[in-house]
Amino acid sequence: MPSDYLPIAVLIVLATAVAFIAILIGHLFGPRRPTVKKSDTYESGMRPIGPGTRRMSVHFYLVAVLFILFDIEIIFLLPWAVVLREIKILGLIEMVIFVLVLLVGFVYAWKKGALEWE
Amino acid sequence: MDTRDLISILPLLVLAGWACLLLLIDLFVPRDRKSITAILAAIGISVALVINLMQLGEVRQAFNGMIVLDGFASLLITLFLAVGLIAIAQAYDYIKRRGIERGEYYSLLLFTLCGMLLMATAGDLIVVFLALELLSIPLYVLAGFARPQLESEEAAIKYFLLGAFASGFVVYGIALIFGATGTTALDGIVASFAATQENPVLLLVGSGMILVGLGFKVAVVPFHMWTPDVYHGAPTAVTAFMSVGAKAGGFAALLRVFLAAFPELSAAWAPMAMWIAALTMAWGNIAAIAQKNIKRMLAYSSIAHAGYILMALPAAANPTVAPEALRAVLFYLFGYAITNLGAWGVVVAMEKAEGGGLAIEDYSGLSNRRPGFALAMALFMLSLTGMPPTVGFIGKFYIFRAVIDADLIWLALVGVITSLISAYYYLRVIVVMYMRSGEPETRSESWLNATVWLTGLGTIVFGIVPGPLLALASQSWLSSLVP
Repeated sequence: MPSDYLPIAVLIVLATAVAFIAILIGHLFGPRRPTVKKSDTYESGMRPIGPGTRRMSVHFYLVAVLFILFDIEIIFLLPWAVVLREIKILGLIEMVIFVLVLLVGFVYAWKKGALEWE
Repeated sequence: MDTRDLISILPLLVLAGWACLLLLIDLFVPRDRKSITAILAAIGISVALVINLMQLGEVRQAFNGMIVLDGFASLLITLFLAVGLIAIAQAYDYIKRRGIERGEYYSLLLFTLCGMLLMATAGDLIVVFLALELLSIPLYVLAGFARPQLESEEAAIKYFLLGAFASGFVVYGIALIFGATGTTALDGIVASFAATQENPVLLLVGSGMILVGLGFKVAVVPFHMWTPDVYHGAPTAVTAFMSVGAKAGGFAALLRVFLAAFPELSAAWAPMAMWIAALTMAWGNIAAIAQKNIKRMLAYSSIAHAGYILMALPAAANPTVAPEALRAVLFYLFGYAITNLGAWGVVVAMEKAEGGGLAIEDYSGLSNRRPGFALAMALFMLSLTGMPPTVGFIGKFYIFRAVIDADLIWLALVGVITSLISAYYYLRVIVVMYMRSGEPETRSESWLNATVWLTGLGTIVFGIVPGPLLALASQSWLSSLVP
């Protein structure tokens, strides 16, 4: 029922209000004495080198995407291995198909040189 | 699961398996001989088409109702596969001359087709979503296929960001519907709501969100903002495929979901669809008038046509008119696909290698240089306007009649008036081609020419003898609506 959601609505309004008030109070009453050091880029106490946004090699993303691919494969393989005895040959066939589809993508990425790092 | 289930989705299986294989085969095809990949892709689609035609007329459910194979699905699958074949023929020389010939083009095209096939047969909201993603993601890549050209990259990123946003709407809608009814099966939703009448608000919000998400895919106002930019920036052969295939896919899902899962809520969504249709027709046609670039003009024209097709949804909400409206939609989708692919084919032929030749002014004098092409383009423009004796006229005639039979006279009036407005910009192309002098450059590529002749022939033949296609469309029924 819609009325069940009233507490959630109240919570959303309260949470937003508290956040805004906290920022507002700090903004109004906090002292502000900026120096060059203070308004510099914060890099955990290290001396900042270059701008904060730098161009990253697209290879990082490729590796990340490939990692996700095999991560998901593991996620599916684990529960499958646990119940393999119950789902028998059909489960085996289905998993072989699934792995084959992933393999196609892997071979493609390999041949295209996505795994090479210049 | 048994083999009958697998046979029900055999065209899809063939296509998906072939797309994966093609991806691997293409790795061993030398760079200057990518036409091999194109021909292999066409063979794969043809095989799927033959299997589908053999299954025409069968009605059954598979995978516990996840997949619904009925006349509606089979006919749309036929359309999708035919569109895929034409798209390959149009891209064959085009991507060569644009210097973007990579084998992935054809694999991605096949994956998109898989999404469309799944979309037409989806019997469950989860499958609808899966199909939507399978249809969209390869299209995002195809839109940016002319990289590193900035326009194409812009089109891809725009389409991707907005498309992902729209997909979010669909998933959230599905989640709300699941919350309201405890199921995502289309027939389960009806049964559950009819039994309990519980949570109408959640169900309404959920169905509204699905309307927004699918409305984005078929480009109806006010979810059309991406269309002109994406259609303009994407390689023309991709745009041709997108403007027909993705639209028809979106409507396949829209009709099935709303007519099969939410018939009880039609009092709420029918007026909504009505207003969206009216707005779409009005804005699409009015905005098209101001366009100087033919790709943008055809983009707005495709928005307007989404409005005409959507008119059938509120009409189909009336159970007595539903068969007529559904038949009208199927016929319209076929007619629109034939005409629009032809028109885009001419645009592909007129495009110069540097991306020029896309202004409407560039068509001056086409009637002297290429009388055949000018005649075909004139035919396509007349068909898009809805003039007899073309297929566009018959399509509009049946849509308007279904709308009038559903007592939505004002909606039909909006449709007629906006059709009149559209004559201005469609006929302008004909005027420029025939009455201005100029020396346009065109290309004569055998496969591209063949698609233009074929669609031109289809436009006129189905305009004069619509009977067989109409008969086929009236047998193609949504199985869940069988009384």
